[in-house]
Parts: sequence; C-alpha cells; structure tokens
Amino acid sequence: MTIQEDSSSRNSDVLAAFETEDQPASGGRLEAAIDHLRREWQLYLMLLPMVIWFIVFLYKPMYGLQIAFKDYSIFRGIAGSPWVGLEHFETLFANDQFLRAIKNTVTISALNLLFGFPAPIILALMFNEVLHASYKRTAQTIVYLPHFISSVIIAGIVITAFSPTAGIVNTIMGWFGLDPVYFLTQPEWFRPIFIGTGIWQEAGFGSIVFLAAIAGVNPSLYESAVVDGANRWQMMWKITIPSILPTILIMLIIRIGNIMEVSFELVILLYQPATYETADVVNTWIYRQGLQSGQYDLAAAAGLFNAVVAFILVMTANTLSRRFSRTSLW
Amino acid sequence: MNWNLYSRGDKFFAIVVSILIGMFTVATLYPFIYIAALSFSSGFAAQAGKVVLTPIDATLEAYGYILKDPQFWVSYRNTFIYTIGGTVMSLAFIIPGAYALSRPQLKGRRFFNLFIAFTMWFNAGLIPFFLNMRDLNLLDSMFGIILAFAVNAFNVILLRNFFEAIPKSFEEAARMDGANDFQVLWKVFVPLSKPAIATITLFCIVSRWNGFFWAMVLLQSEDKIPLQVFLRHTISNLSDDDEFAIVQTAAGFSAETVTAAIIVCSIIPVLIVYPFIQKYFEKGILLGGVKE
Repeated sequence: MTIQEDSSSRNSDVLAAFETEDQPASGGRLEAAIDHLRREWQLYLMLLPMVIWFIVFLYKPMYGLQIAFKDYSIFRGIAGSPWVGLEHFETLFANDQFLRAIKNTVTISALNLLFGFPAPIILALMFNEVLHASYKRTAQTIVYLPHFISSVIIAGIVITAFSPTAGIVNTIMGWFGLDPVYFLTQPEWFRPIFIGTGIWQEAGFGSIVFLAAIAGVNPSLYESAVVDGANRWQMMWKITIPSILPTILIMLIIRIGNIMEVSFELVILLYQPATYETADVVNTWIYRQGLQSGQYDLAAAAGLFNAVVAFILVMTANTLSRRFSRTSLW
Repeated sequence: MNWNLYSRGDKFFAIVVSILIGMFTVATLYPFIYIAALSFSSGFAAQAGKVVLTPIDATLEAYGYILKDPQFWVSYRNTFIYTIGGTVMSLAFIIPGAYALSRPQLKGRRFFNLFIAFTMWFNAGLIPFFLNMRDLNLLDSMFGIILAFAVNAFNVILLRNFFEAIPKSFEEAARMDGANDFQVLWKVFVPLSKPAIATITLFCIVSRWNGFFWAMVLLQSEDKIPLQVFLRHTISNLSDDDEFAIVQTAAGFSAETVTAAIIVCSIIPVLIVYPFIQKYFEKGILLGGVKE
C-alpha cells in the first residue's frame, strides 16, 4: 500500500504524461490539457474539496510554524511579527522543565515499549491456544472493548479506582493492613499507573494484528510438526513465533518511530502539578506554555522541535521496515 | 486442532492458557463492573470504600443528581450533533476524494498522494493549529469542530486502496451504460466498498464520540461542549468542591458515585453499538494496517 510504489509502478505511463506537461507547453499540449480537463473535470471537482481542506487545516498551520522564529504578537499577526532567529530554541534548551519533558517523553515511551509492546503479542499467542471457540470469542469481545472508551472515561475510572478514600485499590490494600496511598499525587506512581492503564486499554485491541498474522501461518507446518511428535508449546516457539516475527518487527519499528508520541490527552487527564516531575511530556508542556499561558512562539518552537524529531524517526522507521518487508509501511 | 489428539501435556497447557485468558478478561471487565456498582451505591458506602463488586445500599440518587442537571442533557445532545455531523462531513470529503485519487486518469496523482500522506509524517503541532483556528474565526464554533477534524490521511489512504483494488471491469461496464464519474462512484464503487466505508464510518464515529482535547481547547460556551468535556468538568469540580461534599452527605450520593453514574451514562451508547461494529473493526484494522 505504498503511495510511491503503487503509483509509480502501475501508472508510470500516466505519470509520464503528467510530467511532460511541466515542460514548456506547445499549443498542442495545452489543447490536450484542456481537452483532458473537459473530459475529466468531474474527477478534479471530487478531489478539490478535500485538497482545500488539507491546505486550510493542515498546510496553513505549517506556514504558521514560522512564529517559532519570531517574536509573535497577536496584534501584528504571523507575517507581521519580527524575526528573532533561534532565540526561542536557545530559551527552550536552557529551560529545565522543557528538558525534563523531553526526558519524560522518552522514558514513558521506552517503558511503554518494554511492557506495552509484548502484551498484545503474548495475548495473541494465548488466544491462539484457546480451543473453545465461543470462550475465545467472548474473551476477545471483552478485551477489545476498552479501546473504544474515551480517555476522559478511562481517566475517570482510574481516578476513582485509585482515590485515597473510596478507591478500590486502597480498599484492597486495607484488607492487607496497608496504609492508604494517594497514588495520583505521588510522582513515583504516575508511570506505573499510566503504562498499566495503557496495557489495560490497548493490549486486547493490539492483539488483532498479531492474530491475523498467526492466522496466515501455513497449516501444513503444524501438521508436519504433529507428525514429528511436537507438543503445542514447542510449536508455539518453533513455528508460530518465527512465522509472525516479520509482523512483530514491523510493529516494533512503528512503535519506535512514534516514540515522541505519548498519548498526552491521557497525561493531561491524569497528571497534576505534584506529579509533573515524572508525568510532564513535551506535548503537555506545549499545551501549558502555549494554550494556557499564551507563550505561543516559544511553545510553537517546542512543537517544531518535536515534529522534526518525530519526522526523522518515522522516516527512519519506514526505511528500516522496507528492509524487513517488500514494501514500506505506506 | 482436535482436543482428542492432544497429549496430556498439551491439554494442561491449553487449560492453563484458557485460565490466564479468563483472568485477563476479568481484569479488563472488572473496572467497568466496579464503576457500575459504585454508581448505584450510596455516597456513604462509596466514601467508606465498601463497594467492591455489587452496589451497597442501592440507590438511584447519583443518577437523579445528573439527570436533573440540564447541562448533562445539553452536552449529550451536542455529542450526538458532533458525532453525526462530523461523520457525515468526513464521508462527504473522503469518499469523493479517495475515488479521484484511485483513478489512474487523474493527472498529478503521485503529487496528490504525497500531499496527503505527508500530513501523517509531519504535523505543525498544537499551537499553529490553534492560531489557525482563531484566524479562521472558528473558536467556540460547533461548525468549526465538525469541519476542522473531518479528514485524516489514514482514512483517505485506506479507502483509496480499497477503491484501487476494485476490478476495472465494473467501472467499464458502467461507462458503457453512459455513467459519469459521480454515477460510477455512487452506483458502483460505494456499493462495492461497503466494508471499507463501514470501517471508516466506525473510526469517525468512535473518534467523534470520544473527542475531548480540542473540544476542551476550542469551545468556551457551556451550551456547545460535548459530553466528554462535561464529564471532565464534573470530575474535576466534584473532587475539590467542599460545598458539594456537605450537600451530598444529606442527599445520599458522593463525588465518586456521581462520577461513576456519568461514566455509565456515556458508556451505554458505546455498548449498544459495539456488537454491531465488532465485525468491521477486526477487518478494518487489517485493511489499514500492515500490508506485506
């Protein structure tokens, strides 16, 4: 499903026709272009609204990114504000809170990779071993569900469950004689709760991709393994896991490519000043500096930095994944 | 695999795995049961941490408290408007756009595809997007929310790929009957692409129903906020509102039970549609996911 490869391989003749149009057009070419438009205008009419939408809502903000290099004032506007060069970036990299946010982003992503990434794989491997079809079906239906629940509700559930007075977690700790803990105000508890919540919400849904990969394994491999007297445990390690390894690798590369993307909506909902120390990520910092404190230019500079790093990571991930599969991710 | 062919070791393995799956499933489900139980419990029981699995001192006071709040109904209505309006808007942009991109006769196809895919890799970020919305005069606008989040590259590419895979002969047959592009799209491609369109519709509905962050940032008027923002306001207000703490002691509900009741009310529509959408998202995630 790559854009580059699809369009270049299947439609090279069309592209050739398009590219020749860029050359100085003789009257014949211009006529041909007009003729083409007259025949195919409906196609361009269909495309137009979507293209305008992309320009207005996604590309125009990219033009607005220039405020990262300007002393932006609302009254002068984006174009009218004076340039200040790299001043905002110097401020950023001298700002302890911003540096902490970068550190937290990378740490949370790394922990998520360590604990959150294997979870759906293990789940898919286990689902594959469940024989009872309706039991499996019911379990799947339930574990996919949290993916569809909004982060506000997820946060509401977490806040309620970890509440120091009424929360179930402290109630259960009370049964064992432990003192109540106000989890959400303690920096050392933020990451375990955040990552645990992520696993609870996404492990089930994430297993779909791996289950599909497992379904694609050639059944004759298992049949001959049975003939050789292999048991299910051995088949899992010797057949299933090696067979889905390409999928695992690609999903791993995607995750690494998205390392700057911590689901900051959930962070905003779960953190508080007491836990900024371990919880504040780049996007939440940008949100507070820019949208809450109105330091648009500085926050935009932080956003640009984040976007460039993310872009490089995603491109690297895409290049890497080309090596593992015949096509790229896109 | 046949159970009877399993060795004793394999049977043991299968049973252990089934138990582990069962435990994970229960762990997934439990928080919902806990919240439901809490929503039907009395405020005293909730605050004393007595609620574990079933309602304690069962009461409907918490539901009474929110259902009487006109703001709850306003934001519920708004969420329906955002979900339906937003999904219709998305489809209106994406279906014709993806069709055009899937046609080989479209010139500049490579450019347009890259133009759209680039937005998946590079994003201007929160601040420029917000300032752009302000410049467009779309702050605190319901229409602004519906329009500004109508399209995303992933859905366009998913549908375009689906359209590209439709055999040429279908289009040619329609052309022979004198159909133009709009007719080919509407009478041939849309009916043939029901699974892909259903998948995109599902993605749109879910993201609209759950949408929170930008609604919180962009909307100021109480009569425009969706349910998720109302829920957030309620949760954060209740937990540090001393006056509420005094009132509720007499009334039989608490911040916890009210929060739980709102959560239940906003999950119910998701639970109702969930069984219908399940068959689509399993296919859909694979349509748009990794393809080798």
